[in-house]
Amino acid sequence: MGWNMKKKTKDQFITIGIVAALYVAVELLIKTGHMSSLMQGLLVPMCTYSLVAIGLNLCVGYLGELSIGHAGFMCVGAFAGAFCTKVLQGTIENGILLFVLALLAGILTAALFGFLIGVPVLRLRGDYLAIVTLAFGEIIKNIINVLYIAKDQNGWHFAISDAKSMSLAEDSVWLINGAKGIAKVPRLSSFTAGVILIIVALLAVYHLVNSRSGRAIMAIRDNRIAAESVGINITKYKLMAFTISAAIAGAGGVLYAHNLSTVTANPTNFGYNMSIMILVFVVLGGIGSFRGSIIAAAVLTLLPEMLRGLSDYRMLIYSVVLILMMLFNWAPKCIVWRQKLAARFQKKTTKEAV
Amino acid sequence: MNFLTYLINGISLGSVYAIIALGYTMVYGIAKMLNFAHGDVIMIGCYAVFLAMSRSGLSPLPSVALAVIACTLLGITIEKIAYKPLRRATPLAVLITAIGVSYFLQNMALLLFGADTKSFGSVVNVPALKLAGGALTISGTTIVTVAACVVIMVGLSLFVKRTKAGQAMLAVSEDKDAAQLMGVNVNATISLTFAIGSGLAAVAGVLFCSAYPTLTPYTGSMPGIKAFTAAVFGGIGSIPGALVGGILLGVIEILGRAYISSQLSDAIVFAVLILVLLVKPTGLLGKQIHEKV
Amino acid sequence: MKKALSVVLTAAMAVSLAACGNDGGNAAGTTDAAAGGAAAESTESGAAGAGNEAAVGNSADAGSGAAAGEAFKIGGIGPTTGGAALYGNAVMNAAQIAVDEINAAGGVNGYPIEFKFEDDQHDAEKSVNAYNSLKDWGMQVLMGTVTTTPCVAVADMTAADGMFQLTPSASSTDVIENDNVFQICFTDPNQGAKSAQYIAENGLASKVAVIYNSSDVYSSGIEETFIAEAEAQGLEVVADEAFTDDSKTDFSTQLQAAQSAGAELVFLPFYYTEASIVLKQADGMGYEPTFFGVDGMDGILGVENFDTSLAEGVMLLTPFAADADDEATKAFVAKYEAAYGSTPIQFAADAYDAIYAIKLAMETAGVTPDMSVSDMGAALSEAMPNITLDGLTGEGMSWEATGEVSKAPMAVVIKDGAYTAM
Repeated sequence: MGWNMKKKTKDQFITIGIVAALYVAVELLIKTGHMSSLMQGLLVPMCTYSLVAIGLNLCVGYLGELSIGHAGFMCVGAFAGAFCTKVLQGTIENGILLFVLALLAGILTAALFGFLIGVPVLRLRGDYLAIVTLAFGEIIKNIINVLYIAKDQNGWHFAISDAKSMSLAEDSVWLINGAKGIAKVPRLSSFTAGVILIIVALLAVYHLVNSRSGRAIMAIRDNRIAAESVGINITKYKLMAFTISAAIAGAGGVLYAHNLSTVTANPTNFGYNMSIMILVFVVLGGIGSFRGSIIAAAVLTLLPEMLRGLSDYRMLIYSVVLILMMLFNWAPKCIVWRQKLAARFQKKTTKEAV
Repeated sequence: MNFLTYLINGISLGSVYAIIALGYTMVYGIAKMLNFAHGDVIMIGCYAVFLAMSRSGLSPLPSVALAVIACTLLGITIEKIAYKPLRRATPLAVLITAIGVSYFLQNMALLLFGADTKSFGSVVNVPALKLAGGALTISGTTIVTVAACVVIMVGLSLFVKRTKAGQAMLAVSEDKDAAQLMGVNVNATISLTFAIGSGLAAVAGVLFCSAYPTLTPYTGSMPGIKAFTAAVFGGIGSIPGALVGGILLGVIEILGRAYISSQLSDAIVFAVLILVLLVKPTGLLGKQIHEKV
Repeated sequence: MKKALSVVLTAAMAVSLAACGNDGGNAAGTTDAAAGGAAAESTESGAAGAGNEAAVGNSADAGSGAAAGEAFKIGGIGPTTGGAALYGNAVMNAAQIAVDEINAAGGVNGYPIEFKFEDDQHDAEKSVNAYNSLKDWGMQVLMGTVTTTPCVAVADMTAADGMFQLTPSASSTDVIENDNVFQICFTDPNQGAKSAQYIAENGLASKVAVIYNSSDVYSSGIEETFIAEAEAQGLEVVADEAFTDDSKTDFSTQLQAAQSAGAELVFLPFYYTEASIVLKQADGMGYEPTFFGVDGMDGILGVENFDTSLAEGVMLLTPFAADADDEATKAFVAKYEAAYGSTPIQFAADAYDAIYAIKLAMETAGVTPDMSVSDMGAALSEAMPNITLDGLTGEGMSWEATGEVSKAPMAVVIKDGAYTAM
């Protein structure tokens, strides 16, 4: 057992090491001018999706519950974070402090939503739970699209679905303007911030899964009834994992919001399609493997951009690659074939070594 | 009178959802997978009818027949290539593959048919029904849609209950391995399910596009997701559940839009779904799962 | 197995990283002087603060562009896949036609134009990616982006880089906040107000209903000002019904509400794809008000297989109609149809005008391809308010320094399956 733990810890250190090493390598490339604008622009999105994928992997891999609504938590985080920044923008000048406060706001709000949604949702099982998370994600998106918040000399104004009733003064400033979302969010996200967030998230989830709580969570995943019978508080641990998972997704959202100067909730960025895309990262990277999630998120964010040269065929090829990757990874025949290949390769190397 | 009109519109929309939901529910019941590409098979069916009618000048019925054949073949092919190799893999892997297939079909259609909107001429030539001195109009499309929905539902129920193949489907949905031991050809049964589901998708597509006549490569995705919700609502895996779920969803969507808020109609639909699932965790007509200790 | 996968994925990433690194390397390495200049500049702007990375890319690319070929590099961004692909494709095709015409006629200031269009799937993040990718290619002027939300995000990037940006069709006022961004299309508030004024002045109706897409920036932007202006003009807005991107197939409820409220005119500030369903459903329920659309409605007659009798009597305020009689429109439509097999929509005309506006601004400012991106941007921004363009979407188009276009909207009515000026 002790040895086993050590191996696990080592593995986790390696993951954090890889992230740190990649960061240094990328920074070096940027400093020496060897990195294209496209790649530089992609760094923050890669961190964003890695973060959300880490969050979702905690939910899918360790809690064992399928969520297809994580884009909803990302959305909540993005809007809460951007809102916080917009409100404090005049008062606080320091960009880093502003971003940290936005992060806190985004993470806490997403965690709160995760908790509130988790209470009813986690009573359900399997695909029913999945569809309810999808439903919540869509509801969040729908409501944010009809939310109006503005500020003028008379104070704050709120409205749902009817901006005309707000009777704003001349000097009014829109904070959230319905479908137009939040405009002119300062671009505070950076690759460094993204990497720090990833490392913090990794430390948090590793700490969780190694802890007593983490073992309880995995026990619930493996056999709920057995776990219950030894006195594990099912609801508490499920909620704990789900809330943390939502909070990490929220952090991803804050990063997203401060990377673009405008945040809107539309079907392409915070709809079920995005939730599914993140699920793809998790499944392709390996369920339960945080390192895999990061790598898959990074590679699959890069892939469509690298395929730009193919113009019209780009997304078609992307979908074919996706199907082939899934078949290659999961089809029993492919697994056998890969094992054979690996065995032959190993034999060869041992022979050569002899 | 307004309420009645809303109700009829809701039933009409719901009937389309119900037929699409059938495809989801059958495949889920038997292969235990969420076939996210189903909505896009609908879109392909629509293009098939569109091309047959407007480009080759075929009359409606043969066009629809052609689309059903095309979609059936497509469904079988997709199953063979993308899903069958993953039969023993985790359901999540199949889910992701289905999403890959969905992207593939959308982008294929984009390349083949172009991004511009096509107007889908109605296939239905039934005159509208005027009731209460013209105050209430039921369009021909609505009549045909609801009728088709009922016919399909009854036919499918009979097929499952009365035929050998139908019984085989039931057996496979209960327990794959046991069915195999009893001499049921599991692979053939699953292929048959995909064939029927995809054939129905073509019919659903034609009815959908007749009522809401625009066609783009992304036509199928939203009704697909709504119909999936309907299937869960009614109890996924249950054929009558798909009917009930579909129609209720359509009615709630229309009434919610009319009486509560036209901006929040999606939120309302999903909120009702959540409430139903909290009270009945396996949907309205879903089977209660008994846990084994 | 997981390990094997990680290895494969990591390898893939390493390869792609290396590939990108090479691109950057080549660009920087083409001319030593340019690379040196870039390094110097990067330290400078590094001290200045933000935007230093952008400066490295820019000057290196500008240097290599001048060395490679004497040509202006114009980039375009818009959705060519995804739900809004229609608009991106129209812009891409029409811009290419304009570029080919200009090059055949000898180019701009004696230099040819190179044009490259990138897909953004109508998503802000992907649009920024497309922008960066074009910057790597050496783009000097941006004609884009096509849709509003991505355009706001990209406008922020061009402002930081000092690049000149002219959007054919992103119509929100948020787009032109920065001094370097100009519009070919009307702004949303402008369209909403003009429509309400037109309806009131011509006495088309006294009771009006609005159906709009509340999840779309363009549609809700027009709706907002339309309602305000309609009330100011004494029109009675009897129904204000919304739909969203997730429920844009069924409009029976909204039409029903408009009908029972007794609306004589229904204002449809959204695109023709949805408008064609509205017309069909209104026809199905026997509701025959006057339908009034905005520029997004243009194109409805070009929908393949659309029963044009449904659109009979529909009015719209649009700067462009594909079957207008003037020579320029006729020539453009003929060329477009021959090349791409479909009738150009208003987005296409906007893009065509955008390229010519850029050409005119370039000629007025007298820019040359060897200028740096920000110098060229400043020169073009300065020249823009001084030019007057007779384009497809308006005679004597001119621009405010704010970026807003001034041109006369044209009201047309659909009669016998064709647009007729009113």
